[in-house]
Amino acid sequence: MSIILDHVNHIYEEDTAMAFPALTDINLVIPDGQFIGLIGHTGSGKSTLVQHLNGLLKPTSGAIYYNGADINDEDYNKKELRSKVGLVFQYPEHQLFEIDVFSDVCFGPKNLGLSKKEVELRAYAALKQVGIEDEYFYQSPFDLSGGQKRRVAIAGVLAMKPEVLILDEPTAGLDPKGRDEILDQIAKLREETGMTVILVSHSMEDVAKYVDRIIVMNKSRILYDDEPREVFKHYKELEEVGLAAPQITYIMQALKQKGLSVDTDITTIDEAKNAILSAIRSK
Amino acid sequence: MLRDITLGQYYQTDSVIHRLDPRVKLVATLIFIISLFLVDNFIGYAVAALFLFMVIKLSKVPFKFMVRGMKAIVFLLLIAVVFNLFFTPGEVVFSVWKIKVTKEGIYLAAFMAIRLVFLIMGSSVMTLTTTPNQLTDGLEKLLSPLKKVKVPVHEISMMMSIALRFIPILLEETDKIMKAQIARGADFESGNLIKKAKSLVPLLVPLFISAFRRANDLATAMEARCYRGGDFRTKMKPLIYQKRDRLAYLVCWGYLLLCIVIGKILF
Repeated sequence: MSIILDHVNHIYEEDTAMAFPALTDINLVIPDGQFIGLIGHTGSGKSTLVQHLNGLLKPTSGAIYYNGADINDEDYNKKELRSKVGLVFQYPEHQLFEIDVFSDVCFGPKNLGLSKKEVELRAYAALKQVGIEDEYFYQSPFDLSGGQKRRVAIAGVLAMKPEVLILDEPTAGLDPKGRDEILDQIAKLREETGMTVILVSHSMEDVAKYVDRIIVMNKSRILYDDEPREVFKHYKELEEVGLAAPQITYIMQALKQKGLSVDTDITTIDEAKNAILSAIRSK
Repeated sequence: MLRDITLGQYYQTDSVIHRLDPRVKLVATLIFIISLFLVDNFIGYAVAALFLFMVIKLSKVPFKFMVRGMKAIVFLLLIAVVFNLFFTPGEVVFSVWKIKVTKEGIYLAAFMAIRLVFLIMGSSVMTLTTTPNQLTDGLEKLLSPLKKVKVPVHEISMMMSIALRFIPILLEETDKIMKAQIARGADFESGNLIKKAKSLVPLLVPLFISAFRRANDLATAMEARCYRGGDFRTKMKPLIYQKRDRLAYLVCWGYLLLCIVIGKILF
């Protein structure tokens, strides 16, 4: 069970003067349960790529397989696909429309044609998963704070019980606290449900702590596709394409140059702390 | 999805038509529209077609973009053609059941279709080669004599330019919200009319909210820069006629004269 992309190309406004390749020869295998960070700066094609995964966009050429079936086949059930591959857009709070939080979250499962009871059970569970308290359930979604709105919007997708959850820049426009809360929640969620999570971001810092695989995109192509520590080894090349490795990578590199024997592959602050301490002690 | 609507969408390229003064283009569009109603024979339309074709070629905008705007009026076109075809009295060519198709009807339907298509194409050329800002600048300048009779020309043109500016933004926003709701299993296509109308709620509510938010932000931004209407405002790029503009005027008036001659005098 997995998502496979086979030589996927996508060109916007094909056959016009504004023709623009958004994806060029993308080949990927995304196995079940992986936590993936999809990184690239603005316009690198990452949003276009994720919209292909649930069939919102059709590749200009190439094929995408979900659990072994070509999702762009005529008779493929796109609606079912979209319930399995949940996509949370950038600024998802802009899609809220119902009179209260609870009915908004019900929208997704209701569209799947489930019974009223099942719909409400799922909505309740989803709201709990993102940490929205009961007291907010019957408030207008427009009265909530920015971070809460975003959680409600994420719950709206979670309520469809997707097997794959894709989040397009879930932390954009949030303050550091809101950002950490959302990311921690997503990590927790993934641990509990074991679903595949794809986190789209332009910040290495955000994803380094959580993901087991990083896909770096640049100018419509995949530049790196590896474990975080392997990707961060290319921190100089990353800078050239307008990205950066996490601060920790730079600190470790600098310490190493100063003669401290530390492991430069470290990606999180906790690991770094331990490594620095043990390096100093062994001196 | 919604990118079919070309009206108010500028096509970026460099051509003679793009560089013309927006006033010339506005007047020329008006002349073209008037000419379409002046002529009523095929030679006249052939001249109009030639004129339009020439302008399109000069503008370097791919022909595809002109046709794209047409999709929006297909329905209107169909109604106009059908009504003219079947309900014009005159010499009967053939009849099916109670419906009679007359010679006059065929002519009228054909002319009506040509007129509508040329009308849309002509105005598309203008909007495709002129940025909304230029367009309203030109309009403001053209209408400025009306200021004497207390018409708030500047305010009207400002509102227009803002409205035009917002069309592509709102289209993009609609596209985005639509996709987001489709990702949540929404279905905008199937079902009967009532179901379809209902399915628009998840699209329209967020769209309205975002439009109000944007309008609010814009008002704040304008106020923060001390915007206060038309009086005493000067332009960074005032419109000044160049040689090519005068030449273009000449061509347009010549064209109109030709149309009058063909339409009214010769035939």
